[in-house]
Amino acid sequence: MHRAKVKFAGSDQFDEISTDYSDDITWNGRTFNHRDVSFQSPVTGTIYGTLLNFKGQLELMKDSLHDKPYNAPPEKPIMYIKPGNTVNSHNNAVAIPKDENTVQVGAALGVVFGKTATNVAKDHVMDYIAGYTIVNDVSIPHESFYRPDIKNKVRDGFCPVGPWVIDRDAVNDPDHIIIRVYVNGELVQENNTKNLVRSVAQLISEVTDFMTLYKGDTLLVGVPEHAPLVKKGDSVRIELSEVGFLENTFVDEADLVPGGGQR
Amino acid sequence: MKHARVACFGGIHEAEVIEDQLKLADGRIIGQSDVVWLTPIEASTIFVLGLNYADHANEISFKAPEEPLVFLKGPNTVVGHDGQTRRPSGATHMHYECELAVVIGRTARHVKKDDAYSYVKGYTIANDYVIRDYLENYYRPNLRAKNRDTLTPIGPWYVDRDDIDNPMNLGLRTYVNGELKQEGTTKDMVFDIPYLIEYLSSFMTLSENDIILTGTPKGTVHIYEGDVVETEIEGIGSLKSTIVGDKNFGR
Repeated sequence: MHRAKVKFAGSDQFDEISTDYSDDITWNGRTFNHRDVSFQSPVTGTIYGTLLNFKGQLELMKDSLHDKPYNAPPEKPIMYIKPGNTVNSHNNAVAIPKDENTVQVGAALGVVFGKTATNVAKDHVMDYIAGYTIVNDVSIPHESFYRPDIKNKVRDGFCPVGPWVIDRDAVNDPDHIIIRVYVNGELVQENNTKNLVRSVAQLISEVTDFMTLYKGDTLLVGVPEHAPLVKKGDSVRIELSEVGFLENTFVDEADLVPGGGQR
Repeated sequence: MKHARVACFGGIHEAEVIEDQLKLADGRIIGQSDVVWLTPIEASTIFVLGLNYADHANEISFKAPEEPLVFLKGPNTVVGHDGQTRRPSGATHMHYECELAVVIGRTARHVKKDDAYSYVKGYTIANDYVIRDYLENYYRPNLRAKNRDTLTPIGPWYVDRDDIDNPMNLGLRTYVNGELKQEGTTKDMVFDIPYLIEYLSSFMTLSENDIILTGTPKGTVHIYEGDVVETEIEGIGSLKSTIVGDKNFGR
């Protein structure tokens, strides 16, 4: 069993649970199925995403990276922000905007910071990590990465996070986490953080060279290539080995009810 | 009314600006030179417009965009009035950008232009510094050029919406070491405030204390360690920052 931090609906406090990554969680010595529990996002700070940090995705784009408008492959980490309106939680519905038929599932490992990190050397990165969570970095499908296209990435509810932040020590090596995405129970994507362009420590070191990550902030290490597309009615499960699983259903914007359920 | 957040007397206080003094929420009065200025709003999401003045777009050789070019900033980048901004050694193209900042006052979704001002709490001044040396053609302007620590002074205070007759007709000026270097007017924005609120709220929910930095006119010049930069907006005030080098940060 591994220790994890959660925020249950109805409370602004963090609670502690234990998980063995099965359907059951243990809280205060009692066992519950995770689907019977209402979670909030377990992270509180700013959520930063990293573009093009999987080797396979760079490989897919390799012919265009030297062409206009990019002119050269990225030199340093290219980051983006998933603002507060996007934050969503485990088991909640994600609304597909009314003008779209499909959205893209971005299965990401989220590194949650336990203390303020500025200009951190690669060898010391682990001291700053509180734990890890699972993030579905949802986007409207798009081709170009030239301009910061917030319209495709920052729709309300486009960033489910959770269900928990697993303790740092539960993860042997953040650079060997298996990522699996299931849509309606069927495995549609599999990858591994060993395929990162910049390892977790390298990424954190390079990012904190130019910006501070505060206690409570979350850094997404990247989204693997061939992001699955989902449509209204689909249920999505992202599994990260040694971290857990995050489940959400996708609904029409018109069917969403306040609080994240569906009509 | 002008609203500030300051540190003094061992605490953090909200304050009202009365001439050259500040009246704290608890009644104490203090001189403006005796406080540490914090950003007047603890911002939620910070939106920034790129290329929102046609003359500036031409200056850095871009056509003005057909749709607002919006990027986001994190809380690490923000500092208050009279603060320090870091210039990394080796950077050659560090520029200030004087911008009118719009503070959102209440939850906004699917707002129409005609109602947009009713969602505004007030206005403040931002200096959206950029280090062009670090620009890359991915999510340009990328965070490494724009979202570095201390690169976005905001303040000194915010002014209530109704105290500004027409936010789309305000003079903007930037002084470097007392010398006027940038001059423009908010009249020249490509996308005006009502348009921006309608645009953003058409695809996402805006919340109280989100801030929109509305872009800068032409007139940016290189700045260096030791420079004192003041960005000024008519009817709001003047926001000062001092450029410091890497040695202050132990780098």
